[in-house]
Amino acid sequence: MVMTAAPHAAQAAHWMKKDLLGLQELSAEEIQLVLQTADSFWEISLRSIKKVPALRGKTVVNLFFEPSTRTRTSFELAAKRLSADIVNIAAQSSSLSKGETVLDTVRNLEALKVDMLVIRHAAAGVPHLIAKRATSSVINAGDGAHEHPTQALLDLFTIQEKRGRIKGLTVAIIGDIAHSRVARSNIWGLTKLGARVIVCGPPTLLPPHIESLGVTATHDVNAAIRDADVLMLLRIQHERQEAMLIPSLREYRLRYGIDRERLTKAKPDVLIMHPGPVNRGVELDSAVADGPYSVILDQVTNGLAVRMAVLYLVSGAPKVDAEDG
Amino acid sequence: MAKLVIRGGHVVDPANTRDGRFDVLIDHGKIAAVEPSIPANGAKAIDATGQLVTPGFIDLHTHLREPGREDKETVESGCRAALKGGFTTICAMPNTTPAMDQRGVVDFLRQEALRVGLVSVHPIGAITRGREGKELTDFGELFDAGCVALSDDGNPVWNGFLMRRAMEYARIFDRPLIQHAEDPSLSAGGVMHEGVVSTTLGLRGIPAESEAVIVARDIALAELTGGWVHFAHLSSAKSVEMIRQAKRRGVRVTCEVTPHHVALTEEAAAGFDTAAKVNPPLRTEQDRLALLEGLRDGTIDCIATDHAPHTEWEKEAEFDAAPFGISGLETALAVCAGALVASKIISWTRLIESLTANPAKIAGVKAGTLSVGAPADVALIDPKAQWTVDPAQFVSKGRHSPFAGHAMTGRVVRVLRHGAEVHGA
Repeated sequence: MVMTAAPHAAQAAHWMKKDLLGLQELSAEEIQLVLQTADSFWEISLRSIKKVPALRGKTVVNLFFEPSTRTRTSFELAAKRLSADIVNIAAQSSSLSKGETVLDTVRNLEALKVDMLVIRHAAAGVPHLIAKRATSSVINAGDGAHEHPTQALLDLFTIQEKRGRIKGLTVAIIGDIAHSRVARSNIWGLTKLGARVIVCGPPTLLPPHIESLGVTATHDVNAAIRDADVLMLLRIQHERQEAMLIPSLREYRLRYGIDRERLTKAKPDVLIMHPGPVNRGVELDSAVADGPYSVILDQVTNGLAVRMAVLYLVSGAPKVDAEDG
Repeated sequence: MAKLVIRGGHVVDPANTRDGRFDVLIDHGKIAAVEPSIPANGAKAIDATGQLVTPGFIDLHTHLREPGREDKETVESGCRAALKGGFTTICAMPNTTPAMDQRGVVDFLRQEALRVGLVSVHPIGAITRGREGKELTDFGELFDAGCVALSDDGNPVWNGFLMRRAMEYARIFDRPLIQHAEDPSLSAGGVMHEGVVSTTLGLRGIPAESEAVIVARDIALAELTGGWVHFAHLSSAKSVEMIRQAKRRGVRVTCEVTPHHVALTEEAAAGFDTAAKVNPPLRTEQDRLALLEGLRDGTIDCIATDHAPHTEWEKEAEFDAAPFGISGLETALAVCAGALVASKIISWTRLIESLTANPAKIAGVKAGTLSVGAPADVALIDPKAQWTVDPAQFVSKGRHSPFAGHAMTGRVVRVLRHGAEVHGA
């Protein structure tokens, strides 16, 4: 694979952050640096011996307070392909009720002298809470409905790979924006790199003041499809029906689901993306999910390279003492 | 007890519309004279030059946590925090464990407060048994035991029928029902104001309307029943406007605002700072400005701290899991001096009135004045003192504040209670 380097690449020579908490706090140059680094790691996974010694001797902990298969596996393989040691911990997210706090858990891990903590938690802000207190690097693998930075980075990588650019493209994010960390991270990343972002969904699934994040909001899926170079679909959770956010999954499919017919209104070279897992027959019809416009599996492949890049960059950041709050 | 004279200070005593340079003579724990000049004549003298001399403050809304959560606060630590903040009278909210819903718990609180002997503590009893919103408590027993008002604070009285009956029945006692205005069906799961910041952080919001709908309903019920409703900790512009209109119609409604709601907005929670997690939440600048206007035009009667102490380990948690509440007694005066007086919203006199004479009227207590013959509960304020908030220095067990690190101007430097110096240099 060949990717054109961004014009300002040379200026962003160094990664200076201890943690990767979100795309809100990254500059466009820092985002490009991750994408370029991912590009250089991409072919490692095609080798017969899929391993380089970049992180030999480093210890990474996958600290997942919320179940995850895809993201956890992707981080695990990324660490292993860079020769890091990795430990997976599926922790109780309700530890407070058991008397042990999240910070207690982290202090115990830090006492074991680990280097990087990859954190997934159902509550927004947990990686930030930990990063303030921990000396090890913290990578946010998804915090509540807040951010999922590595997902957005792999989405940006995929768009850049397929289209050769991000600037000037129109990306429509369709679905449950209110509860989506993927949507928020993508909004920051895409707008910083110069894309136009449309968020689309029923009013109940668009959070208040979402346009203050620099996007256009619409309830009209056909308008979103018509203008978009990329359609990014989000998973609709069954619970949304119980919370009266949508009347039914059927109603959602009829109004907002992307099927072949609706896709005829799209640009001829539109990209279909989804962070997975897909609810087939709800937000995305199988024929579209598996069809020629879909790059869903490319996203997964690219995610590995992006996570290798993030682990590598964060590990090399100059270490400063954690802020003591 | 020896005589004491406070000399050279600027007396602010709104109950007596006194605002100027006066000396204050204290004899046998009571105010004996307030005159332009009182010679010491052998009495002990306190030099108050450059200081404001005011009645000790009255807090209508303090959470003392005892009995039940003595790790968060005790009657003793809460009273010490009150004194440091200039409060000589506090009203204790009933959300203890067990709840203050019967005489035994009220008696315990009053006895413990007497044992501690630092400030006057007036209990607020629960409106419903166990604060569960199902059955009324024995109002008469609670008022006879010394309660000054009733409230389910922490929880709203959500059931409209029950609130109607409570307001009707409470008319016997001519005391207010303090409503924590929140519709739980609209606020459920929320952890901060529903707005730009909650959307950015991906946190569940609490809309201002969850407060406003209960304020609207209870104003209507007060009109229906002739009962007296007092709204705790107002947070939204809509609520202020409805109360303004209700007061114009003569409805029996009073209300309070906290120092944090007049000084801060939803922005304080950016960065997931759990010190700013409070219920009702800090709202928008537009709401904050409406609260300031409410204080300025008298729609809002008083300032109350909603002092809500928690342990450090509980507050150092996920934003979703951390408890709501701000430790507010020790910063109240300085926060209000900055947000209200220095910014020229109201005068010192109006601020002190909101902290003394007005809450005294609502609580129905003989305090909050420097009238001759009144107990000598006095606060001395250095209005120019510069300091920085450091929660580690709080005497409250709740060492959490959204004002941590904020520069303050104005500080309570001495407090007298019944003529004795209980806090100060």
